Amino acid sequence: MIIDWIYGLVGGLLIGLGGLILLIFNGRIMGASGILGQLIEGKQDTENLERIVFLIGVIAAPLIILQFSDFSTTNVTSNTIQLVLAGLLVGAGTRIANGCTSGHGVCGISRLSLRGLLATAVYISAGALTMVTLRTFWGLI
Amino acid sequence: MIRLLVSSVSGLFFGFGLLISGMTDTAKVQGWLDILGQWDPTLAFVMGGAMIPMAAAWAIIAKKAPVFDLSFSMPSNKTIDFKLLSGSVLFGMGWALAGLCPGPAIAALGFGGNGIILFFVSMIVGMILTKPMRMGSISTADG
Repeated sequence: MIIDWIYGLVGGLLIGLGGLILLIFNGRIMGASGILGQLIEGKQDTENLERIVFLIGVIAAPLIILQFSDFSTTNVTSNTIQLVLAGLLVGAGTRIANGCTSGHGVCGISRLSLRGLLATAVYISAGALTMVTLRTFWGLI
Repeated sequence: MIRLLVSSVSGLFFGFGLLISGMTDTAKVQGWLDILGQWDPTLAFVMGGAMIPMAAAWAIIAKKAPVFDLSFSMPSNKTIDFKLLSGSVLFGMGWALAGLCPGPAIAALGFGGNGIILFFVSMIVGMILTKPMRMGSISTADG
């Protein structure tokens, strides 16, 4: 249990370093939903290649580590309806709110942004309420 | 060119961190939200850890320009509006349902199999469907 927290902290520091690099050198905020969303919506600027190499880095990094050690990877459900509904909600919600766990959470709160702080409080509360309803009360997920 | 290098290194750090922290593991993320069950506080350590370098970064840039750009592209929107709150509610519900948010879903694409791919494609559809809601708005992305 405690070892999970230490890995969490170390992983968190690495995530923060990624954000630091992008902010200090390129002047951009490391928000996953923003970077992906702007790319697929075909935002008209000169930065789409930067977004693509960022995303390639995110996908490649775990594959590199998994060559050498076996971290717990994922326990994703195989329920199609659950995955489709969850994906639609996450995609729509993060773009409507203009940010997700990385943008509003990590980057926003560390900047003392009220929007980031409020968004994070709301999506964690909504997530916990959903969890309590679907798992604790209904035993569905 | 140098900006591409920065972007890819940043992405690598993000991906390393997401895997090592356990955030690509949907069970751990759902555990964080499972407050009346087997609550797992790991996500708080991840968030806290990530904010240390980020807080330093915000302090460093306070009065300067980025190294490889003329200015920072900062969120200018400061208003607390219905979109921020309703979008976050929808996001939170989906987050709980599968235990995935955008970053970890991307990081797990290479090893997560069909389930992750199905979630990822659905997430992109969700993003495209809401594009009209952003038309005509001047807000820049928070993240």
